[in-house]
Amino acid sequence: MPGTISTGHYLVVSTALLLIGALGVLTRRNIVIILMSIELILNAVNINLIAFSRHYGHVTGQVFAMFVIAAAVAEAAVGLGILIALFRNRGTVLADEIDLLKW
Amino acid sequence: MLDAVFFYLFSLLAVGGAILTVTRRNAVHSAIWLIVSLLGVAGLFLLLQAEFLFAVQIVLYIGGIMVLFLFVIMLVNLEEASRQSQFNKQWWLGLACALGVGAEILYVIAKGSDSFPLPSATAAAQGGNTEMIANALFRDYLVPFELASVLLLAAIVGAVIMARKRV
Amino acid sequence: MDFLNVIGLIPLFPLAGAVIMLLMGRKLPDRVVSILCPGAVLVSFICSAGAVAQLAPLPERTRELVQFLWLPPLNAQWGFLLDPLSSVMILIVTGVGFLIHLYAVGYMANEDGFYRFFGCLNLFVFFMLLLVLANSYLLMFVGWEGVGLCSYLLISFHYEKKSAAAAGMKAFIVNRIGDASFIIGILFLFSIAGSVRFSDVNRYLESGRLAPEIAGFGALSTTALLLFIGAMGKSAQFPLHVWLPDAMEGPTPVSALIHAATMVTAGVYMVCRSHALFERAPNTSAIIAVLGAFTAIFAASIAVAQDDIKRVLAYSTISQLGYMFLAAGVGAYWVAIFHLFTHAFFKALLFLGAGSVIHAMGGEQDMRLMGGLKKYMPVTHWTMFIAALAISGIPGLAGFFSKDEILNQVYGSAHGSKPLYVVGLLTALLTSFYMWRLMYLTFYGQPRLRTPAHESPPVMTLPLAALAAGSALVGWLAVPKAWSFLPEGFRLFRTWLEPAFGIEISKTESPEAALTTLSALAAIAGIWIASRLYRRVWQGPLYRALAAQWYVDQIYNLVFVDGFAKRGGALLAKFDVAIIDRGVNGAGRLGRLSSALSIWWDTWVIDGLVRLSAFTVKLAGYPARLLQTGFVQLYALVFVAGVLALFGYYVLR
Repeated sequence: MPGTISTGHYLVVSTALLLIGALGVLTRRNIVIILMSIELILNAVNINLIAFSRHYGHVTGQVFAMFVIAAAVAEAAVGLGILIALFRNRGTVLADEIDLLKW
Repeated sequence: MLDAVFFYLFSLLAVGGAILTVTRRNAVHSAIWLIVSLLGVAGLFLLLQAEFLFAVQIVLYIGGIMVLFLFVIMLVNLEEASRQSQFNKQWWLGLACALGVGAEILYVIAKGSDSFPLPSATAAAQGGNTEMIANALFRDYLVPFELASVLLLAAIVGAVIMARKRV
Repeated sequence: MDFLNVIGLIPLFPLAGAVIMLLMGRKLPDRVVSILCPGAVLVSFICSAGAVAQLAPLPERTRELVQFLWLPPLNAQWGFLLDPLSSVMILIVTGVGFLIHLYAVGYMANEDGFYRFFGCLNLFVFFMLLLVLANSYLLMFVGWEGVGLCSYLLISFHYEKKSAAAAGMKAFIVNRIGDASFIIGILFLFSIAGSVRFSDVNRYLESGRLAPEIAGFGALSTTALLLFIGAMGKSAQFPLHVWLPDAMEGPTPVSALIHAATMVTAGVYMVCRSHALFERAPNTSAIIAVLGAFTAIFAASIAVAQDDIKRVLAYSTISQLGYMFLAAGVGAYWVAIFHLFTHAFFKALLFLGAGSVIHAMGGEQDMRLMGGLKKYMPVTHWTMFIAALAISGIPGLAGFFSKDEILNQVYGSAHGSKPLYVVGLLTALLTSFYMWRLMYLTFYGQPRLRTPAHESPPVMTLPLAALAAGSALVGWLAVPKAWSFLPEGFRLFRTWLEPAFGIEISKTESPEAALTTLSALAAIAGIWIASRLYRRVWQGPLYRALAAQWYVDQIYNLVFVDGFAKRGGALLAKFDVAIIDRGVNGAGRLGRLSSALSIWWDTWVIDGLVRLSAFTVKLAGYPARLLQTGFVQLYALVFVAGVLALFGYYVLR
């Protein structure tokens, strides 16, 4: 374990979170979990931004991360609204049971 | 030295929480573990001297979004779903692709790791972090800021409409 | 009036009669018809006599009258030639023709189609006059065909009778064979001599440009033979004689006029008219003589065994025509014409007399059912008696002089031959026999009649008498040269005809007196044998053969009708089925095959292409379909895969 934590370490963490989030999106059937995985991905992005903000000494990265959080909020709200509507109409929250656009 | 310990601690929280989020059967459990993961991320923010965002993370993300999640989980009946199989048919493909992507990124990072030394903590020289963000946000990025508020408005309206009971 | 300038009118009077009959004959009463038609012929006779009388003093005794140019490519004119030969013919045709018309008025009285009969008869006289007055072969051929047509019309006059209609057709068809040969001969002649006019042809032949063909059989001989075959058809020589006996189905005046006096003599006339050609084709002339002699004895032998009175006379006619051709064949053309002249009289008389008998017997023609008619029909009997004497060659009557002269010429002339003389003599014997058998059976002995008979009316007996006078007297027109105690006038006929025949008839070194005696003896012997044998009923194969005319008709039937027509027809039918129909079927199958091919092509290739395109689209659609799952996570996966690929590119680079 290297003593000094460089930006690269943070990037690795960010990558790991990204991976896990992507896995969740791709793999889980439950839509709620999928939405949560999306949050994970956004968090990974945030880490990345802020790490680089610290690296270059700009605050732009953090401002960007703020906006990402704002977008995440909006997306979560709407997404959950859609989930509720979906549940009401279809009676299911499982992604692979919603295939109306199937050929 | 202490940095490293905290770094690893928070990283563990984040990544571990993430893993557990993605793998739990019970949605509430997943939500809780997500909260744990978000806490870890918040800690990482703090280590990166982004105090404002650390606070925002805790308040907004965990206090807002995760609460919202939990409410919705309660609203939606997930009993049935929790008895089904949790992973879909393409899990191995997804795993493969994700790992592939991960491998590529790590490879890139590893190749360029020489250019990532952590500069010293020069953030405090410019006054407080919050001040700096405020300056940037309300001066340089005012228009995006206003747009973000319009976005949030749209989100609110959309969420209300989506979740409303059709009469 | 100048008859010579209007010789073109002579044929037109009977033509006018025929046309009037055609247009309105049905409406005219019989009496008018019976005056009009014979009257037309009488007028023609008067004109002919006048023309001949005016011809006599002329030095070259020839008068040609050309009306117009008819067929320029063949240099054929519509022209008339009056010379000694044709003058004899027109006198015979109009004179004897008039007498027969008169007779027919009585014979055909109360018959249906009275006007039709006389119309056809007049038409016949027209064509016959055209034939003998023509100045070219082509115009003569028009008359030739015309008389054939009229013969057909008149033979099948009673067209309701099947036998009459069949006989008419037989006559026409057999005649046609001769006509075909004749026209080919005319064309040959045209190619040799360059013209069809008699005067041109004769001048060409006599100019000596062509040597007489002694040895081989060249163009001249072939042409002559073709012409003779035409004459054979018209004058009923073997083997084209079969139509004449059946032609007796026609009314008796028809038999008298056409088949005794005039039409059948057209062949002899034509041969004599072409004497220049025949003189230069000695091989053909020899054939003519032999054939004539053979026909004479052949027909005479058949006549011996016939029971129908008209059939006996028919075969007699064939036999006498054989005599005429025999004379022509040995080069004695004037003798042939002389015999034609005398024969016209007594044969017409015989036929008319026979007609009188038949009329009196109510239609019966079988001699075995006659007998003892002498006392019922005196005029008929005595006139026929004279005619029978004449034909037998009893000295003093017409037939004696002509037949005797023929036999003399055959014996002694340069082209004659002794064997033919013997044949001729035998034929004379047979002639006498069968004729007197006829007389005995018909007029003498016990009557075997079923119904009583009566004499014919004067309108019929007067012509009989006139003809009898002729038969008796006209022979004295040409007594033999040996009888020099008689003045020159008695040799008128021969001197009259000499200019027409050019060459001097060679003086025969024949023992004339002996030959004359022989022929007279033959005639008397015939009469005596007949009186003994006439009543015997014969059997035996020879008799059967004679009675069946030497089976000629049966042979013809077998060969031509069964052989050619029926079997040929069957063969053609087989050919049609086997080859033609197979061809058609094959074509049909080919059509079906090609359509099957087309179907295959359409189904598999064309439709196949279409279906292939649809299939290709479906095939291409499968993978695309896999992407449309409606499954959002799949889309996300695709994102990730894309990212992987994109990153991979940069990583690997």
